Amino acid sequence: MSLQDSKRYQTIGKPIPMLGARDKLTGTARFTDDIRLSRPLFVKILRSPYPSAHLKSIDISKAKKSKGVKAVITGKDIPNSFGVLPISKDECAMATGKVRYVGEPIAAVAAESLRDAVAALRLIKVKYEVLKPVLNIAQGLKKTKNPIHPELKREDNIHKSAHQSFGDPDKGFDGAKVVIERDFSFLSLSHGFTEPHSVQVEIKDDDELTVYSATQVPHYVHLALSEVLEIPLHKIRVIKPYLGGGFGGKSDPFPHEMIAARLALMTRRNIRLTLEREEVFFTHHGRHETQVKMKLGLDPGKGITALDGKMLIDGGAYGSFGIVTSYYNGVLLQGPYKIANFRFDCDRIYTNKPVCGAMRGHGGVNPRFASESLLDMACHELKIDPCEFRLEHFLEKNSLTANQFRITSVSIKKGLEKAMTKSGWKKKHRQLPYGKGIGVACGFFISGSALPIHWNKIPQSTARLTLDESGLAVIYSGASDIGQGSDTVLAQMVAEVLGLPMGMIKVVSADTALCPTDMGSYSSRVTFMAGNAARNASIQMRRTLVKAACQLLKIDEPPYPDPGKPMSFFRQGQRKPDFKKGFLGANPDYEDGFSFSEKKIISPANEELDYLEVVKKAMEENGTLQAKGCYLSPKMGGTHKGAGAGLSPSYSFTAFITEVDVNPLTGKVKVEKVTCAHDCGVPLNPLAVEGQLEGSIHMGLGQVLMEGLRYEHGVQQNASFLEYKIPSPFEQPEIEIILPDSDEQEGPFGAKEVGEGALAPFNPSVANAIFDAVAVRLFDLPITPDKVLDAIHKNNQKKD
Amino acid sequence: MNKNIQLDKARKQKNGGLADKEDFAKVRLEINGRPIIRAIFPATSLLEFIREELGLTGTKKGCDLGDCGLCTVLLDGKPVLSCLMLALDAEDHQITTIEGLTNGGELHPIQEAMLKHGAVQCGYCSPAMVLNGVHLLDTHKNPDQMAIKEAISGTLCRCTGYTKIEKAFLAVTHQKGAKV
Ligand code: FES
Ligand code: FES
Repeated sequence: MSLQDSKRYQTIGKPIPMLGARDKLTGTARFTDDIRLSRPLFVKILRSPYPSAHLKSIDISKAKKSKGVKAVITGKDIPNSFGVLPISKDECAMATGKVRYVGEPIAAVAAESLRDAVAALRLIKVKYEVLKPVLNIAQGLKKTKNPIHPELKREDNIHKSAHQSFGDPDKGFDGAKVVIERDFSFLSLSHGFTEPHSVQVEIKDDDELTVYSATQVPHYVHLALSEVLEIPLHKIRVIKPYLGGGFGGKSDPFPHEMIAARLALMTRRNIRLTLEREEVFFTHHGRHETQVKMKLGLDPGKGITALDGKMLIDGGAYGSFGIVTSYYNGVLLQGPYKIANFRFDCDRIYTNKPVCGAMRGHGGVNPRFASESLLDMACHELKIDPCEFRLEHFLEKNSLTANQFRITSVSIKKGLEKAMTKSGWKKKHRQLPYGKGIGVACGFFISGSALPIHWNKIPQSTARLTLDESGLAVIYSGASDIGQGSDTVLAQMVAEVLGLPMGMIKVVSADTALCPTDMGSYSSRVTFMAGNAARNASIQMRRTLVKAACQLLKIDEPPYPDPGKPMSFFRQGQRKPDFKKGFLGANPDYEDGFSFSEKKIISPANEELDYLEVVKKAMEENGTLQAKGCYLSPKMGGTHKGAGAGLSPSYSFTAFITEVDVNPLTGKVKVEKVTCAHDCGVPLNPLAVEGQLEGSIHMGLGQVLMEGLRYEHGVQQNASFLEYKIPSPFEQPEIEIILPDSDEQEGPFGAKEVGEGALAPFNPSVANAIFDAVAVRLFDLPITPDKVLDAIHKNNQKKD
Repeated sequence: MNKNIQLDKARKQKNGGLADKEDFAKVRLEINGRPIIRAIFPATSLLEFIREELGLTGTKKGCDLGDCGLCTVLLDGKPVLSCLMLALDAEDHQITTIEGLTNGGELHPIQEAMLKHGAVQCGYCSPAMVLNGVHLLDTHKNPDQMAIKEAISGTLCRCTGYTKIEKAFLAVTHQKGAKV
């Protein structure tokens, strides 16, 4: 059957308003800080004013006696370290012995009111022995006797070096018509989500903790709390209430979560802890400051003959997702074009600055800017159309990249062609008046990581579905709706398979006590993985209902089609799809000859049964109906070091054609029109898909033109929304979205990634358009007016 | 006005601006059509009053500094940043929070439109955006796109890029235009 024709679906492919949107609009949706626990203690955290210092002593005696104070804790109260990656658990909830960045937690006070907590904080006396900090990449690379993390036993501050090489890059450069090499630099960024990090802990009589946290990853928080506090998992329940944006900034377990839980255990009182905006900037785990040296060889006939990138990324004081980031800086260059000869080296450097981690487009964003700029320059030099060149050299479907990514569906060619037509590319490129420009750039992104962070064979997503005589289908999933609409997409799966209106589906999600294990919301995995799990659970449920329907109609059960064949290596790693086992990577038919629609169940012979009647029949002697579905990635990938990084069961592809207006007198760049083609497979909910793309463009626009964290002596200079400016409605360009016909056989109803992939290629499309407008190339983000003006002046001088 | 006396008292407080028991001040406001009298710390912001004293958590805190606009409420129909205003200064004014907009009844056309057009993602900005929209409709006969951008530009949204919010607002104003 063709999944492309989404018209045949009832719910899939329809612009369905997000679940919970009504509550958010009326103010009844409860975010973490909106929960009112009984008599909570309020917590304030004392943070380091120095980027690097020994903690000589911490005197909390006065603070302890201060009005309303119930407990004061320091690093020694939570000595166990943690980190989202099991291979770099290098962070403690509060500093012990040494502080490593300005803003690092040192002590925490729990008091009857926020005012009491703040007052007590001032009474804590800390003696520091200030050390010489490592403030940037260059300093971090230098030999030293006192590295930030001596436990790594290195004589520098390199946290991780990732390298890979495929084919013969040097030969590739030799065989190129043109070879270009340039240096690029990128500032660190903050996610800028609107809801600050927040956690509340409810403690019950038997020391059971319910932790409400604004997190993308309840499962990891659950694991970390148990390990750090040394209490068994079953004594902790993590719930994510409504969440005000994450973008990667809430995808680690955080110090404040450990602090709140410890204080609850110590005081046996409920705890409330919400960070101030400034603290959010310190805690952020934002995009790494990055330096890139990249070299690209190109031959119009052969394509990109070689690509070589050297990346240095500033990780800040701790690990976070950094090891993954280091690899992503390289491996996410392996598409969307064929590149046989490819090499990268990426070093992540520890510095005495706030920790960097995952942010939308994780690790792939900055190198993409470099490679797409170089590609544009090469095409310019060879006087070939950069769109035409790209059209020739996209990855093909069902192919392998040099580093053995398994490329399944690809519809980007169609997408870019459409974007060219819609934007009038052919009539505009290199033909617009001075000051106006048009540029192109493309990218690709993972739909979740095939390799889980914790190496085990537990499915990455499991969903459970229950159904009783009310007809309400309840889907339980550990996936975390962070505002992207993951609950909605799961409900759509159920609604579609069971033919129910959205109003008859309830989603219970992101609650570690009620929901089956799911890795959480990061790396654009939810629609694909949790979606597959929910879809499979729904299919199981449907079979139960079909059986009951057959009993009512006194007919035989229909033969079920083979769920799929273990096709070539593209599918399943020779694994036969299997509904029963739950690990089901492919997207097999569930056809049974019945039709489920509008609460009716219609047999192949057109006999109509009422849905509720069938449910009741199925419940006879069974009770409430239950079904379970799982998703476990098929085996894939190479055996080289880091082969698992960037490995995904499917990839999205994006093409941007962007038009800008550059004022040559002021250097101000205005992005006027963006044509965005995104291959997300079958768009399950166009409204949500568009929203993700528009949001990605907003965030890219911020990075390319205005955003950046500034540091002086390790102190953030713009840790507020006043000084860290994100784009306003006035900057947001006109956007035309193209969703090319596409179908991912392994995605649920043909879907793949949409949340992150579009950000990376947007940035270079702007830079390439600026070049088309005023003939200057900018290599350092953000591209602020002063830089543009400077470049224009230099250009003019050259001409004179 | 006794309000000023109370404020003075607050300023005299040395303890880093932190008030003591004795410094309770009486405040009388009208919130969502309901008269409210409370004894509060004079330094209590209107935002804190709304969220913590009254438990109306639809009004959000994003920065407490006047930078994000997420704490927007209507003061006599005009959007204000409730984090930058003392509750005492709101005395004798009428305040509308998101909870007061519909009072459990039907959605306001702005809310309807935002729902339908996918203008809500995480929704943390939504209450403020709705109130911005209500004020826009109250003050403009037929707002154009620029007026819409202006109306929402005081509130940050990181999810939507504002695109669908603008679209939703535009749809309502068109409807409104059609009715006229
Ligand atoms: S909370 Fe940010 S402006 Fe009031
Ligand atoms: S919808 Fe998330 S901030 Fe606006």
